Amino acid sequence: MNYPNELRYTKTHEWVRRDGNVIKVGITEYAQHEITDVVYVELPHVGNSIESGKPVCIVESVKAAFDIYAPMSGVIKAINTALESDPGLINRDPYGSAWLFELSPSNVEEWDSLMTSAQYEQVIKQGV
Amino acid sequence: MENFPLTSEDQHQMLAEIGVQHFGEMLKCIPEKLRNPKINLPEALSELDAQKWFCELAGQNITLKQNLSFLGSGCYEHFIPSIVRHVVSRSEFYTAYTPYQPEASQGSLQMLFEYQSLMCELTGLEVSNGSHYDGATALAESLMMALNHTRRNNILIASSVHPEYRLVARTYLQGTHGVLEEVSFSPDFAFDLNDFKKKLSPEIAAVVIQSPNFFGLVEDLTEIEKLVHANGSLLIMMGHPLSFGFFKSPGEWHADIACGEGQPLGIVPGFGGPWLGYLVTTKALMRRIPGRLVGMTKDHEGRRAFCLTLQAREQHIRREKAPSNICSNQALCAMMACVYLATLGESGVKQIAELNLENANYLRDSLGAVPGIEVLTKGTIFNEFVVKFSKPIQKINGELRKRGMIGGLDLERFYPTLKNQTVFCATETKSKAEMDRFVSELKRISQ
Repeated sequence: MNYPNELRYTKTHEWVRRDGNVIKVGITEYAQHEITDVVYVELPHVGNSIESGKPVCIVESVKAAFDIYAPMSGVIKAINTALESDPGLINRDPYGSAWLFELSPSNVEEWDSLMTSAQYEQVIKQGV
Repeated sequence: MENFPLTSEDQHQMLAEIGVQHFGEMLKCIPEKLRNPKINLPEALSELDAQKWFCELAGQNITLKQNLSFLGSGCYEHFIPSIVRHVVSRSEFYTAYTPYQPEASQGSLQMLFEYQSLMCELTGLEVSNGSHYDGATALAESLMMALNHTRRNNILIASSVHPEYRLVARTYLQGTHGVLEEVSFSPDFAFDLNDFKKKLSPEIAAVVIQSPNFFGLVEDLTEIEKLVHANGSLLIMMGHPLSFGFFKSPGEWHADIACGEGQPLGIVPGFGGPWLGYLVTTKALMRRIPGRLVGMTKDHEGRRAFCLTLQAREQHIRREKAPSNICSNQALCAMMACVYLATLGESGVKQIAELNLENANYLRDSLGAVPGIEVLTKGTIFNEFVVKFSKPIQKINGELRKRGMIGGLDLERFYPTLKNQTVFCATETKSKAEMDRFVSELKRISQ
């Protein structure tokens, strides 16, 4: 399993990429492997306010539908519409082209409370 | 399956466990005089006598076979070809309960798939579910879809939608954020565009309109549709399903959801149910659709097969986040509609629609010439229309009953200002002679 060093992670298996004041969110390679083939993504609306820890959107696989939780609070800036026509991107390229949404954080310091790559790997190893 | 009855030994053991001597002790909380009341029943009847007694009771019913009915308003007398009952009565279909296992129920699943396909064709939309309990609950579920999809909280519904559907919709919206507001109708019963424009706001999730509406008028949705969609709202269209055989279907009006009562499609009026709710929508709203959905696929040997699909939407998987609590459908009634539509075919549906149109227009024209009767639905109609008498409708209906005829619904019951007004319906079941008889009786009664 791959857990890129430059990303931060949540217990609910979202990854978070920070580029200055822009935050990008997706689901981890571990998560996509567990839920298997993704068939549908219900993206949030641009402009919506989201709250850390609350559900933002839904990823549906052949197994079930899963809520995606906001890793940080803020406002949705962009959504990855490529997932609407090709939800399988999540299985093929979870850390790259399969990002879910971009948000402008209301409190950038929340970034520091997210898990590092090593911490997340530890969580997976312990078996969640 | 083996049955294990409760033995007296079991009973003793259970009572001892909770520290009770005998069963009667547990009933002490019920006042003495309410326990073991004397029930005043007559002597038991023999089977022969019981049959006679029940036949006598049934004989008191006013049936459509023995009476000439012009009652519509949500429940319609249509001709049902005998093949409908014949196919539906097969025990494989008639006795099956929740037959959804694909390995055991290919026949039932194929039937539901065909029902869905036929409803898509009839309404001009892309995705139908496996049906709802009735028109009112299909509307309520459509409103939930619209609220979830748009993430808005308000619904505008025409007051000319069946009053009982509106009541059920209100009940469903309790406990949600949804707010229902009504749009009035003009003196000629058309959807009031001015009132509508005043009430249309960015908070409106959906606009519900019925055509033909409760007063029989076929609405022109051209401007309404443009306004609804320009506002980012959904258009929900209800209506008598056979009317789509002649007038523009919900799909042709660019409606996002079509829903309503499927009773006219081969289902008997039968004291008000069980009937059938239809709900058909666009591909864009496919994952919002409530209830069962049957899809066609291939099995591992490449043969055509049917199974439930898109189940990730449903309650047993999505729990409280599911779009609906509905995990069932009205399979047997959906099958009646399926056999009925398949029997009629496209040209049959068109013909039935035309017959309704011709009969209702003939009756309307004939009644318009009777002194003391004023036709109020003057625009385009399908199979019913409003007339006004100079006497209370109850009196008119009472006189009709004496003559073996059933009149229309008294509109004052739902619309207090519409006094002495009733809705008459003439479907394909009425002959010219029968309508002439009805008109000549009304001539005498209305004087």
